[in-house]
Amino acid sequence: METLPAAASARIRAPIPRDNEAAAPDAAINATPKLQVRDLNFYYGGYHALKSITMDIPEKKVTAYIGPSGCGKSTLLRTFNRMFSLYPEQRAEGEIIMDGENLLTSKQDVSLIRAKIGMVFQKATPFPMSIYDNIAFGVRLFERLVRGEMDERVEWALKRAALWPEVKDKLNQSGNSLSGGQQQRLCIARSIAIKPEVILLDEPCSALDPISTAKIEELINELKHDYTVVIVTHNMQQAARVSDYTAYMYLGEMIEFDATDKIFIKPANKQTEDYITGRFG
Amino acid sequence: MSVIAPANRVYLARKRRNALMLAVSSLALAFGLFWLVWIIFTLLYEGGAALARVALYTQMTPPPGADGGLANAIAGSLVMVTVGTLLGTPVGILAGTFLAEYGRGSWLASATRFLNDVLLSAPSIVIGLFVYSVYVAKVGHFSGWAGSIALALLVIPVVVRTTDDMLKLVPGSLREAAAALGCPTWKMITSVTYRAARTGILTGVLLAVARISGETAPLLFTSLNNQFWSADMNAPMANLPVVIFQFAMSPYEDWHRLAWGGAALITIAVLALNIVARALFKKND
Amino acid sequence: MSVMTLPTTANNTIEESMEISRRGPTPPRVRPAKWMDVAFEWLTRSFAFLVFSILAAILVSLAIGSAMTLEKYGFNFIWSSDWDPVQEKFGALVPIFGTLVTSIIAMVIGVPVSFGIALFLTELSPAWLKRPLGTAIELLAAIPSIIYGMWGLFVFVPLFQSYIQPLIIGSLGGIPLVGALFQGPPIGIGMMTAGLILSIMVIPFITAVMRDVFELVPPMLKESAYGLGASTWEVVWKVVLPYTKIGVVGGIMLGLGRALGETMAVTFVIGNAHRLSTSLMAPGNSIASALANEFTEAVGDLYFSALIELGLILFLITSIVLALSKFLLMRLSRQEGTRT
Repeated sequence: METLPAAASARIRAPIPRDNEAAAPDAAINATPKLQVRDLNFYYGGYHALKSITMDIPEKKVTAYIGPSGCGKSTLLRTFNRMFSLYPEQRAEGEIIMDGENLLTSKQDVSLIRAKIGMVFQKATPFPMSIYDNIAFGVRLFERLVRGEMDERVEWALKRAALWPEVKDKLNQSGNSLSGGQQQRLCIARSIAIKPEVILLDEPCSALDPISTAKIEELINELKHDYTVVIVTHNMQQAARVSDYTAYMYLGEMIEFDATDKIFIKPANKQTEDYITGRFG
Repeated sequence: MSVIAPANRVYLARKRRNALMLAVSSLALAFGLFWLVWIIFTLLYEGGAALARVALYTQMTPPPGADGGLANAIAGSLVMVTVGTLLGTPVGILAGTFLAEYGRGSWLASATRFLNDVLLSAPSIVIGLFVYSVYVAKVGHFSGWAGSIALALLVIPVVVRTTDDMLKLVPGSLREAAAALGCPTWKMITSVTYRAARTGILTGVLLAVARISGETAPLLFTSLNNQFWSADMNAPMANLPVVIFQFAMSPYEDWHRLAWGGAALITIAVLALNIVARALFKKND
Repeated sequence: MSVMTLPTTANNTIEESMEISRRGPTPPRVRPAKWMDVAFEWLTRSFAFLVFSILAAILVSLAIGSAMTLEKYGFNFIWSSDWDPVQEKFGALVPIFGTLVTSIIAMVIGVPVSFGIALFLTELSPAWLKRPLGTAIELLAAIPSIIYGMWGLFVFVPLFQSYIQPLIIGSLGGIPLVGALFQGPPIGIGMMTAGLILSIMVIPFITAVMRDVFELVPPMLKESAYGLGASTWEVVWKVVLPYTKIGVVGGIMLGLGRALGETMAVTFVIGNAHRLSTSLMAPGNSIASALANEFTEAVGDLYFSALIELGLILFLITSIVLALSKFLLMRLSRQEGTRT
């Protein structure tokens, strides 16, 4: 089991500074945290998948998780919106604090938590309904909108997802009639439509061709103005392109987390450097 | 010099044995198909003439030795098959939903799945006996309701099985996508999962209907038969299979002809349902 | 130096306020009703329980219905060949015997033929024939059994009686010991006829199950055998069969379960005679056919009870056979990682 050198651990687990003056020497970072993860441990049955993760997700920025397969980045992402609650053998311990409340122990209905934290998956999963209904589905779960208002919302969501021009004349066609890249943007539109605060992206481009990928990366750049974005990717170049902050994970542990520029140009941890330069994994 | 010597005795023996076994296999195919083709042919030949007569569809089942039609039997069968399907399908779908969606690690789910498969192949005459004991004997008379209940008991295991299988085929990612939007489980199942599996489930229902359309034994002691036209579900109800049974076992020529006609009718209906179900399922792929 | 945790701020900046309006204000969200989730799960669970209990309910109701004869005869019911409704003496031996004999005949003929056809379908058949032939087999398996019964009675029996039976009786009837099975007047109907009709009915069904089982064999396994130079027959006999033998046995038992419970294919041609005889040519009775022929005309509580107990015995026999077959098929598919 890898243990981090003491100095590194101390740095990673620094307590939340109470006033602005206690900010890091690197004053270029000035972001408030949207999600605060404190000592998060995750188990698949008996298997200890995430080990004492502590970090902050900065608000209205793009944070990327990178690391070799099986390092736990998707697992970590799926704790944020309590996706693991669907499966009885998976459990999480620790704190994930958003707006002052621990999501893991919150008494709030998990549906409302998931309304605030949206997720887009690796494989585009349009529902077996029309494009319009795909978008409207999420909205109808929580709001009572009349036809006109719903039309507006659908149009708004599709515009924000940069899909509107391509589908505006075929809103009644099945979601499956779109291409892979379009389907993925449909899924993004679907998540945006219910106006979340955080959007989680789990390797959203891994099944797409380079052009669709570029379109979605462009979209992510747009989205971060309004939403806190967390993206898991196995593609380091993508992480370098789209994210403001990057976290490197290995074997269930958070090895390093910093501004993307710093991580990719001058990582503090040797393991990070090895991964980024391709020396392993 | 070649490594393999064709004239080798072992090789020849193997070759002969292979040819023999494959010939036997082809013979088995011919044998099996021969009988089955003969049966279908007989059915069409004997029943074809009866099917062409309009009287078959307009007149009632006749008294012994007389001529007539199968109208009341056809109607009765349609009614009981429909009611049986309507009774059994919701039970089957809901039970199948439990097995597929809530059944992980549940002892009830594994046990139900196992027992359901046993029920699927259980003798249908025993089902008829069961409905007789708990219903007919208690109310004191045969009825269309009893026949429908017996048919429903045959529909249930088929629908449970196909619903379970079809729901399991829906990818987990679809469910997770719904959950990620904050969708509650019941809505996820009804709005997303059912929709994704609807063709498969419909196919299962069609196959169940095809199955019960041809069943005689469960109706023998539940709906019995009725010589006349009757719309009363609470009384014995005419139906094709039992009519065929009675007429065929009788010594009357007229009745025999009608029996063949009925048999052809049932077979065509069953085959048509099966073909439609298959085509529907294939289109979904 | 970087930090993992960041300073918090209390107020929104102007910039941030503008961005909120771009996204729009957070909409008022209606909390979804929690009770619907509970209600739906409870609904599906109770129907699953209903299905679970049907089999037990059948068992219980049949046991209650046969209470009279269970009490009166106990286990002797199974060994007694009496069947006298007038004097109210009943025994299950003849129907049980008939059920077993007809099913065994059906299996003896049906299984090898089904195996041959399944072999043809999976190994020999040219690609263009595979799909239509497979579909044809499945459709034939769907034909209602009453058709087989009718055909048996009207077409098969006269021919059997006139040509084939005399042949069998003449040639095999004379053999010492075994010949006793084939003696007697050629009347056409009888246990042998019923067994033959049953075998034809059971062939498409067992073929379909066997074909499904054979197709579970990983192609790479067969290819490695072919690659060593094995002939088709050798691959089937030495690779496919051993790999699938659990499933094949399970499939055979599934067919046996069907044959045991079959009513209409047998009732037309078995003869409805409550007489035990050593000859297969003689008329007899099966449990299902006895029930079909006599139940609606039965008078008297003991008669009813006897018939219901017959049904109970049939139910027990088939349930055990089917449970065993299901268990075996599960074992095979678990080996494969799929579901039968």
